[in-house]
Amino acid sequence: MADASLSQIFLATVLANNFVLAMFLGLCPFIGVSGRLNTALPMGAATTFVMLVASLCAYGLNYLVTVFGLEFLRLISYIVVIASAVQLVEMVLKKYSPTLFRALGIFLPLITTNCAILGVALFQTAREYSFIQALVFAIGAGVGFTLALVLMAGLRERLNLAIVPNVVQGAALSLMLAGLLSLAFMGFAGLGMGG
Amino acid sequence: MIPGREQPTNLQEFLEGLWQQNPVFVMVLGLCPALAVTVSAVNALAMGAATTFVLLGSALLVSLLRNFIPREVRIATYILIIATFVTIVDYLIAAISLTVYEALGPFIQLIVVNCMILGRAEAHSSKNPPLRALTNALGMGLGFSLGLLALGSVRELFGSGSLFGIALFGADFQPWVVMLLPPGGFFVLGAWLLLFNWWRTRSPATLKPAEVQGHG
Repeated sequence: MADASLSQIFLATVLANNFVLAMFLGLCPFIGVSGRLNTALPMGAATTFVMLVASLCAYGLNYLVTVFGLEFLRLISYIVVIASAVQLVEMVLKKYSPTLFRALGIFLPLITTNCAILGVALFQTAREYSFIQALVFAIGAGVGFTLALVLMAGLRERLNLAIVPNVVQGAALSLMLAGLLSLAFMGFAGLGMGG
Repeated sequence: MIPGREQPTNLQEFLEGLWQQNPVFVMVLGLCPALAVTVSAVNALAMGAATTFVLLGSALLVSLLRNFIPREVRIATYILIIATFVTIVDYLIAAISLTVYEALGPFIQLIVVNCMILGRAEAHSSKNPPLRALTNALGMGLGFSLGLLALGSVRELFGSGSLFGIALFGADFQPWVVMLLPPGGFFVLGAWLLLFNWWRTRSPATLKPAEVQGHG
């Protein structure tokens, strides 16, 4: 795994092993925030940025924790760093782009509990990626997340115009849609770059 | 507790999580582990047990410390408490069964960000005495395990024609591989939710559509 080329890692993470549709990470915002197209894109961008920061920090932390033989602190230190990174993004956005800050609203602090972020940190550790590989992996994960979010938002905007029986409305319908999307993304597995 | 409202009995607290507010089927929380690891009934049970343990531990600690945690940093404190218990359970599972540990992979550590647990800490444990919090957490944990088991057994039944590793359909059975793949997880959960919605619209006693949409 550690000798995979950079483009391979990137494409595999965006398409074949899409974080949302193939690995079930970050489902909560995927189902919760994907109602409208114009919030989906900024949300994806913010998540990608936090992923990048988290990945950078996780690489450094993992090194520290291994050097001092404190592996049991790894998880706790990761989650603290992610929470602080989200706080940082929130403060920077509030100062430099108040419009975007207001548009994202409550979803911004909720990024902390997005399992995709912790997932990036944990998977890069488990797969023993090098520093550059980890960065590419984080960007790929972010792009993949944004892609899934935007696709889903587009589908759901169309669905608002359709007549749906009462029983199916809500989460059940979203999940069925996600299943179809996931089925479509499985086609990329045939690109033969797995993992 | 809301003043003036009757305190729910312990049984009600317990049943709330198990049935009326089932985390998987009614609140649609904690989906990531629910879908990722439920390719077999055994995995589902292991995940359910791990989550229940973390839920119980964090509920007890949060409830005991509820008067000492400053409001401003409460979420961070809850996450730290939860992460501690997840680390414990991570090492426990590795010590008990290495096969299960490898099957679940990083998803054990991902219990930290299971929104259901943080939601319980914030909405229930931080406002109730330890015994009540524990009862509620146990109900929620069992309800979550039940949900995972419902998903895992259906997926294993159709995906590999077995249940808990015991083959049921004989040699002629052609497994539906899609059930074990990611789309199968979405479809099975969607179908269960459909069933629950249908059941809810039929029984007049609980004629209330799901108010809590999946989020967090």
